[in-house]
Amino acid sequence: MALDSKVPQGPIADKWTNYKNHIDLVNPANKRNIDVIVVGTGLAGGSAAATLAELGYNVKAFAYQDSPRRAHSIAAQGGINAAKNYQGDGDSTYRLFYDTVKGGDYRAREANVYRLAEVSANIIDQCVAQGVPFARDYGGLLDNRSFGGVLVSRTFYAKGQTGQQLLLGAYSAMNRQIGRGKIQMYNRHEMMDVVLVDGKARGIITRNLVTGEVERHSAHAVVIASGGYGNVFFLSTNAMGSNVSASWKIHKKGAYFANPCYTQIHPTCIPVSGDHQSKLTLMSESLRNDGRIWVPAKLEDAQAIREGKKKPTDLSEDERDYYLERRYPAFGNLVPRDVASRAAKERCDAGFGVNATGEAVYLDFADAIKRYGREQALIHGDHNPSAEKIDKLGKEVVKAKYGNLFQMYDKIVDENPYETPMMIYPAVHYTMGGTWVDYNLMTTIPGCYCIGEANFSDHGANRLGASALMQGLADGYFVLPYTIGDYLSDDIRTGKIPTDLPEFEEAEKSVKEQINFFVNNNGTKSVDHFHKRLGKIMWNKVGMARNAQGLTEAMAEIKALREEFWKDVKVPGSADTYNEELAKAGRVADFLELGELFAKDALVREESCGGHFREESAETEGPQKGEAKRDDVNFAFVSAWEYTGEPADAILHKEQLEFNDIELKTRSYK
Amino acid sequence: MDMNLKLKIWRQNGANDQGKMVDYSLSDVSPDMSFLEMLDVLNEQIINEGGEPIAFDHDCREGICGMCSLYINGEAHGPDRGITTCQLHMRKFKDGDTIYIEPFRAKAFPVIKDLVVDRTAFDRIQHQGGFISVNTSGNTQDANSLPISKHAADEAMDAATCIGCGACVATCKNSSAMLFVGAKVSQYALLPQGQVEAADRVRNMVAQMDAEGFGNCTNTGACEVECPKGISLDNIARMNREFFKANI
Ligand SMILES: Cc1cc2nc3c(=O)[nH]c(=O)nc-3n(C[C@H](O)[C@H](O)[C@H](O)COP(=O)(O)OP(=O)(O)OC[C@H]3O[C@@H](n4cnc5c(N)ncnc54)[C@H](O)[C@@H]3O)c2cc1C
Ligand code: SF4
Ligand code: FES
Repeated sequence: MALDSKVPQGPIADKWTNYKNHIDLVNPANKRNIDVIVVGTGLAGGSAAATLAELGYNVKAFAYQDSPRRAHSIAAQGGINAAKNYQGDGDSTYRLFYDTVKGGDYRAREANVYRLAEVSANIIDQCVAQGVPFARDYGGLLDNRSFGGVLVSRTFYAKGQTGQQLLLGAYSAMNRQIGRGKIQMYNRHEMMDVVLVDGKARGIITRNLVTGEVERHSAHAVVIASGGYGNVFFLSTNAMGSNVSASWKIHKKGAYFANPCYTQIHPTCIPVSGDHQSKLTLMSESLRNDGRIWVPAKLEDAQAIREGKKKPTDLSEDERDYYLERRYPAFGNLVPRDVASRAAKERCDAGFGVNATGEAVYLDFADAIKRYGREQALIHGDHNPSAEKIDKLGKEVVKAKYGNLFQMYDKIVDENPYETPMMIYPAVHYTMGGTWVDYNLMTTIPGCYCIGEANFSDHGANRLGASALMQGLADGYFVLPYTIGDYLSDDIRTGKIPTDLPEFEEAEKSVKEQINFFVNNNGTKSVDHFHKRLGKIMWNKVGMARNAQGLTEAMAEIKALREEFWKDVKVPGSADTYNEELAKAGRVADFLELGELFAKDALVREESCGGHFREESAETEGPQKGEAKRDDVNFAFVSAWEYTGEPADAILHKEQLEFNDIELKTRSYK
Repeated sequence: MDMNLKLKIWRQNGANDQGKMVDYSLSDVSPDMSFLEMLDVLNEQIINEGGEPIAFDHDCREGICGMCSLYINGEAHGPDRGITTCQLHMRKFKDGDTIYIEPFRAKAFPVIKDLVVDRTAFDRIQHQGGFISVNTSGNTQDANSLPISKHAADEAMDAATCIGCGACVATCKNSSAMLFVGAKVSQYALLPQGQVEAADRVRNMVAQMDAEGFGNCTNTGACEVECPKGISLDNIARMNREFFKANI
């Protein structure tokens, strides 16, 4: 099948308006006869479910947690972008569009990104009307902060809990519709497969995680909003239950999977502490507004610190290397994430790491405390403040801004970041790749949509901070509700989809077979055992820096691990009760397939772009020496993979990217 | 220094089982582990010995989703303050300690399995009014057209940080949900957008809270102490005021 992105004609600024003016609509009476399934209730799924129900469709929503409010969107800390230009610093729809395309290293589809920037302002209006308590200034107006990779202040936030507040907003909109009976919510339900009837998505098979019951649900369209797949690395900042399974099941039934290798490794996470580690914790990027990143300038000092013979506070200014400020004077500590992560790895690989494992750098607030302290003293009319007073006032400001993050750090690491710099290291955080979708957010399966982090659409090869929340809500509140109507307008006379069709029977049968296999397989090793080994292969060979040899090895190793898993995995308990090991087994089985495709995708993409860094493709001279080298002549395309059985045999389809409104340039933050 | 621990853990095979405390011992526990990582290691040990692992709820493991619960040594979310169970670290315990681990207990939170309880009663209270009735049309007024004092916005934010974990209920001798409901009512009561439906909201949410079988508040204040997000008793007072206002 040839890929058709279905991007509307006309100038970029008019595409979305023209599109909305010309699509088919479903009248309100007919919407009552149409059912939509939404898998996932994070920002994307929650906002979509609420809006579709408001419009009049019958919505069934699914989540594996015990409440929609617990989707992993809840964990987003820093903020959400919107081109409001409230600060009057020159922001505009175009600038947000431009920053996002550039930040994504020119690997995103222009028309989708423009639309995202266009609806971003609406999101803020909507959320405020719902009672989302964004931070405000003393005049009562909304406050903003800056994030990496941009030169304006356009990020809205609610303390360090922006995702929580936005999700609770979407959850409240869902609650209103659940109360009215327009959304039926299925908590603790896992999607096990999608059901296609006459080639169209017409339902899903689920497993009730409490009773173990395997159930059939039908609808006229299916929306996948199941989040990202960073847990293929085992360790990531994702939730323990985050998985690729919903996306992978549709992939196996015909949805192409795009750019699986585009992963964001976030520069500011708490370093790994030992083998028991189950997940990694992010320290929000907003900290880079005030924190300065450094390592010791001399190897001896780094070694002394690692051995506990010296403390970071012992080093004077000239014994420190603020390597981001040194290498990237224009953006300094606020370079995009991929650049900051690689720079940290480069210093640690060179021996300058500062914790016992050698994999940590400092994020230091001492300067910010001084700066804020002096400012506060002046505000309070003290023109000659003592050092203690400056310190105290400065810490108060830092506490007001980042208090919950500092507390989180202290609880995990047992060190007080007000007194000594934080230690941080990059960790897997977000997946830009995902299910391929067209302009309508429809996958290559008719009637099957994919929104939020689960799709590939807007962030190219690298996502800018505070853009995922924006994309999730844009997709769910403002884009999908239109585009899905155009498709569903053909279904007003279809009537209810019966669940006793042979297609449902067959899908249910194969789901049950897999479940029975797991609980009856007398293996010897736990699911986590395999997941951890997969994670190690991914991190070592498909992580921050990749090369052809490592990737080839990774593919073979993952395939072998997958075979071992199916022979030797041990799943205790039975199929008809609450059984977390069983749920995990299904998820890890899918990760073991995705992992191989992921490595293959990285192998085929012989350029470096965004979060994908191929060691063979770096600048060798000039001012950009050592920086990633993109290859626009050969690789300005989206890789969309078609499933054929073994991941290694997946077929590559290319969506050529056209840049008509933004000039393709080397991405420089120098 | 690594620790050896004795664990007494509640096992209950489904809602209809009686349930009992079961003894386990675990060695070489690192103080840097989180409490749930300690349980992971125990579960790995149980699986390798051919047993069924202990079921407990968790997801984000960073103190924000509200999924983890656990009553540890008689305290919801364990001995530390201002944190959830997933943020508790083993350095709060000593070598040789015996640790009691039980589920959150309340009539409105029936046990599903072992340490996993059903907290959907909280969702059902929210369905009755935990929202502002505004459609997502994209035609709402500009966000800055209605200034809100920083003070009110900050207070609303403090109330809104509730993660719906249920520790307040588990701690309360009456199994009252007033802190949880008070936090939601307060968030909207503090914002101009919440005023239109204020009376109906508080009436309906309180009615559902009672219908779910949560107890009354007798001002003991234990909930505030155990709440991982520092939700203050002021929210209960504010809800009471809203409730009186709505009923006169
Ligand atoms: C720690 C952290 C901090 C972040 N900070 C920011 C930030 O400051 N700004 C920003 O813009 N972005 C941030 N991000 C990224 C952003 O939060 C996510 O990309 C975004 O919230 C994802 O939303 P979603 O709706 O697509 O998925 P999620 O919120 O992950 O929701 C997934 C949903 O799918 C359900 N689900 C999954 N699998 C299944 C299945 N098989 N069956 C049934 N249901 C299933 C889950 O139950 C859940 O309801 C952060 C991410 C992390 C991890
Ligand atoms: S009020 Fe506190 S203890 Fe109660 S549910 Fe909310 S966060 Fe948990
Ligand atoms: S697991 Fe999310 S709060 Fe503890």
